[in-house]
Amino acid sequence: MTITTPDPRQGSASVFTAKSRARAFFQKYPILILLSIFWIVLMLAVAGLGHLVAPRDFMAMNLSERLSEPVGMGGTWAYPLGTDELGRDVVSRLIASIRISLTIAFLATLVSATIGVALGFLAAFLRGRAEQTILMVIDAQAAMPFMIIALAVLAFLGNSLTLFTILLGFYGWERIARIARGLAIAAQDQGYAAAVRDLGASPSRIYGLHILPNIASTLLVSMTLNFPEVILLESGLSFLGLGVQPPETSLGAMVGYGRDYIQSAPWIMLAPAAVIVVTTLCVSLLGDWLRDLFDPTLR
Amino acid sequence: MLLYTLSRLARALVTVVLIVTLAFIILRMTGDPSIIILGPDAPEQAYEAFRRNWGLDQPLIVQYFKYFGAIAEGDLGRSMRDGRPALDVVMDRVPMTLALTLPALVFNLILGLGAGVFAALNRNTWIDRAIMTVSVVGFTVPSFVMGLVLAMVFAVQLKWLPSGGSGSWAHAILPVISMGMIGAAVIARFTRSAMLEVLGQPYIRTASAKGLSWGAVVLRHALPNAAIPVLTIIGFMVGSLVAGAVVIESIFSWPGLGRLLVGAVANRDLAVVQTILILIGFTMVFANLMVDLAYGWVDPRLRIRTLSTAK
Amino acid sequence: MSDVLLSARALARHYPVRLPGGLLGRPATLKAVDGVDFDLARGEVLGLVGESGCGKSTTAKLVLGHVPPSSGEVRFDGAPVPTDRRADWRRLRRRMQMIYQDPLGALDRRLPIVAQIGEPFDIHCPDMPRPERRERAAALMASVGLRPDQAGSYPHELSGGQRQRVVIARALALDPELLVCDEPVSALDVSIQAQVLNLMSDLRDRTGFAALFISHDLKVVRQMADRVVVMYLGRIVEEGLPDQVFHAPLHPYTQALVSAAPTPHRRARNRIVLPGDPPNPVDVPSGCPFHPRCPAAVARCRSEVPSLVRDAGRAVACHLAQSAGGDLSPAPRALKAKVA
Repeated sequence: MTITTPDPRQGSASVFTAKSRARAFFQKYPILILLSIFWIVLMLAVAGLGHLVAPRDFMAMNLSERLSEPVGMGGTWAYPLGTDELGRDVVSRLIASIRISLTIAFLATLVSATIGVALGFLAAFLRGRAEQTILMVIDAQAAMPFMIIALAVLAFLGNSLTLFTILLGFYGWERIARIARGLAIAAQDQGYAAAVRDLGASPSRIYGLHILPNIASTLLVSMTLNFPEVILLESGLSFLGLGVQPPETSLGAMVGYGRDYIQSAPWIMLAPAAVIVVTTLCVSLLGDWLRDLFDPTLR
Repeated sequence: MLLYTLSRLARALVTVVLIVTLAFIILRMTGDPSIIILGPDAPEQAYEAFRRNWGLDQPLIVQYFKYFGAIAEGDLGRSMRDGRPALDVVMDRVPMTLALTLPALVFNLILGLGAGVFAALNRNTWIDRAIMTVSVVGFTVPSFVMGLVLAMVFAVQLKWLPSGGSGSWAHAILPVISMGMIGAAVIARFTRSAMLEVLGQPYIRTASAKGLSWGAVVLRHALPNAAIPVLTIIGFMVGSLVAGAVVIESIFSWPGLGRLLVGAVANRDLAVVQTILILIGFTMVFANLMVDLAYGWVDPRLRIRTLSTAK
Repeated sequence: MSDVLLSARALARHYPVRLPGGLLGRPATLKAVDGVDFDLARGEVLGLVGESGCGKSTTAKLVLGHVPPSSGEVRFDGAPVPTDRRADWRRLRRRMQMIYQDPLGALDRRLPIVAQIGEPFDIHCPDMPRPERRERAAALMASVGLRPDQAGSYPHELSGGQRQRVVIARALALDPELLVCDEPVSALDVSIQAQVLNLMSDLRDRTGFAALFISHDLKVVRQMADRVVVMYLGRIVEEGLPDQVFHAPLHPYTQALVSAAPTPHRRARNRIVLPGDPPNPVDVPSGCPFHPRCPAAVARCRSEVPSLVRDAGRAVACHLAQSAGGDLSPAPRALKAKVA
């Protein structure tokens, strides 16, 4: 291999060594992305199966074990992450919270994508005045901080888990609507959608069978980027006590109730806070990576 | 330029109308507005007077326009907690919130612009990577976690600063920093990419090729051009500062608009919620309008119609 | 059943535009197509020639009912062509189809080509059993010279010529009576162009479709068309058989166009170079639209719009080419024409 001018960087390694193959693999999939995927899979597993492995019922109280420390801060393995002010197991509560928070964020992202795609396609299909109206609503939505709108709606309509999830589903629809509209217009002005329309296809066929599959990867990327923001919004509102209501729990609600014990039992608050930060970080990193991979034109 | 200004003004007006409409729809969805505006404990005559005054027996469309009229006169109902006009209750809190958000905005801009420009000038070095990593983390840490961690370290552990209240300027330090950190991360990321885009342009190469010092190139040619896209993000920053104020004021017991809003939502004090919604809506529209106009002022391509010679 | 398949009468399409200037911009009208008449018989191929911006593509859109005419009308088999894209419009697609300039853009990059060739059956013949649809798609592929093993390929895996074959197969799936071809080969290599044109000629002999064949390339039109129409600034300036138009052009514009086309036979060519700016459809000159660039223009051309005069299968819109008796003769080549 080294008969011709030896390259000092190459040494005696051929292209086929395990080492360089590993390097090529990590070049394609950076280590940070692999770790992110691992964490997200772990979180999804916890959300899906966590209730089966949770050591205790997340609502079970044990008043004799109130505010006991986690392992590493003087606690025992009976409660690896300690207990809260009512003697409830923090691990079990964390699992239940991840389940609720991720489910809400997932459903809300689906709702937001559905609204966004529907309105974006509608604008692209109708054009004219209807399109201008939709664009104005999009602008108005983008101009208002969503948290304020959410708070106002919660104040007027009261709170329930269903309503809360649907409400969060209105977060980010305007971005998806913009993307869907832009791509649909590009496709139908010149391109495959125009050609299929010239074949005599109905609008539902054009949009459902041709445009949607073609823009799906771009939409998935922007949904991935929407997801962590919904988690942050949900946990923010729950933290203020205006989101997920007890006896249900969520990551933000845990932080919110834990902050009263910030001095005496910081672990109640730190565990869910860490999960929020790491999860949103991982999904954001993955989303950025997917965006660069699939669609470098997206901002 | 005139056409541009007019179109921006029209757009702002439409947004205002939409926000007021949203408030109207939500109000109507929840039932009898007289109970909502006056509260459930008002005397019967008050309801009747209210219905007559606001024309609740009239068609919805008439009520809709009357609603606009009332808002234009500043009549937004009374707070159901202490019976004072909702507008007064809200206005009392505005200075406290401004005392947090304005310094936070300045903090945001200085830190974010500085870090972004610095990262762009040191592209692909460890400095760039460190700044960007910190900014990604800053971007994904929710403001309430940031606030609580700062409170835990500086107030609980080190006892350098107070953990809550509003007695002195020292009380404002932690809230301002926790609000500023999050926004700075967004601005830093945005500034970096805007700078990189500008630095890759041919006129930058020309400027440095003709012998200008690198510092002069950056100051005279790169920064003004990079500022154009960065301006747009500032409009969004105002929105996220307002949203951040809601959370941060609650954490640090700061008696501003945000805490008022959270309390009003929890107590379903609808007149106050509605007033804050409309006030923030107006603020946002105004901020975005200012950004749009500043954008037109900074970007000579939009001025070219009125000026005969380009720079 | 009349012999005329498609007819356009006083067909016009104007677009309102705003030019820079004034507070809100100066309103103006872009006359993309401005009073066009032609007939297309069953089985006939009509070539449409002209430089870019002359209204060829807008004419195609009007014929297909993509845009409504500002005035005048298009009739297909005696009935006006709908423009609303509703059920009637969609049903008419069985009878009129289009072939595009950019075959890659006209194909869905996420579907295998056999699915796209068979799509017209899915749209218009929902009752046709699935195996039959497959069979007919396979037969179509064979008829345009695609191999059966390419059925599962995606558009990006094919060459430009093969993609255009896919588009042609899809357009012909339902045996349309009219095919509108908008620059169908101008995006292809010259060697591939000939193959695709030969394929289209063969298919036409077999199925007998009529076609509106749009191109800026005279030799392509000459090979395909039974009759040629030359357009300039939204109007027809000359019409006739390809040999007549290309060997003995009547209109000064056609003369310039023909003289600019490369030919293998003539070495020393008298190429007419047109002076002046390329035409702007927003600002159409008064009188004959061609007069500012016309090497032979006289005073009358500046003031009076020449009408299209027909005689013995030929037509021309030029004062100089129309002698008093209605006999058409070529416009005199002016002395100031530059000889290259």
